[in-house]
Amino acid sequence: MIKRFIALLFLAGIGTIFASLLFTYEPDTNLNLTARYYAEHTASDIGAANIVTAIIVTYRGLDTLGEVTVLFLASTIVGLVLALGRKSGSAQRVPVPVGELLTTGSLFLVPLIMLLGAYVFVNGHLTPGGGFQGGAILASGILLMLLVDPAKRFSHSLIATLESFSGLSYVALGVLGIFLAGGFLDNRILPTGALGSLVSAGAIPLIYTLIGLKVGAEFSSMLASLSETEEP
Amino acid sequence: MTVLMTAMSIVFCSAMIGAALVAIHARNGQSLPIAILAAGLVSLFASVLFLILAAPDVAMTEAAIGSGLTTFLFFFVLARIRASAQSGTSHSGGEYD
Repeated sequence: MIKRFIALLFLAGIGTIFASLLFTYEPDTNLNLTARYYAEHTASDIGAANIVTAIIVTYRGLDTLGEVTVLFLASTIVGLVLALGRKSGSAQRVPVPVGELLTTGSLFLVPLIMLLGAYVFVNGHLTPGGGFQGGAILASGILLMLLVDPAKRFSHSLIATLESFSGLSYVALGVLGIFLAGGFLDNRILPTGALGSLVSAGAIPLIYTLIGLKVGAEFSSMLASLSETEEP
Repeated sequence: MTVLMTAMSIVFCSAMIGAALVAIHARNGQSLPIAILAAGLVSLFASVLFLILAAPDVAMTEAAIGSGLTTFLFFFVLARIRASAQSGTSHSGGEYD
């Protein structure tokens, strides 16, 4: 009773705080200093039509590198924990029969999902989306394959190679920026090109493709590890 | 924010809160799949709200990871738990709700 009362009191307090924030909220009439700088300088400096991408990959590229590292650590730990519970011999589970609808539908959908994922990270500097979203879409295609055939085995060495190659190339592009342009992860090591065309914004499409491949490989390795664990 | 936008936001917010309540309260008996689907629905409504608030990038991330990958992952784990509960080799007592 007392516990419930305290919980309700706590919720009421949080509700009051949020309500006061909501009712005193007034949208800004003009951009603040930082936002104005990004809005005015992105097109001329970076050459990316999508300002969010310019901030994520170039202005705040180091943060993105950190995010990719965090995801890498998470997938590594998931693989490590699940590898402990994996049997060395392939214990045959009784396969659950998969419906005809899922089997046929996946044959049609998986290529389209993969194509959409690739489109999203290649066009990250022009349209909403980018490496993380594209990588997650790629991984959901892999997940659909796993749902259709739970006994399917993906090559872990291939996934690990792809992931390591993408990560190393990402850092190498960043270091190239120190020597050829203004600093670490500067995108102007390649010509920025015309605003709004596919091959523009310097190294951003390259970096986003690498991030997309890396994120897709990380999520896929997590899913593959999960699907391979047998009951201990 | 026009009147239509505000109305849409209110509708989606109420739907989101409703889905969250379903996700919390649909745990008794065999309705765990309903709870998982409702949790995915919360993410889907959240991503629509992000779109209304003019943040398409965030909306895409939320839709792909929040309502896509996590929902499927929960179903994956649920199937695994049920298989282990049926085979009787579970050492967690088979209590999954």
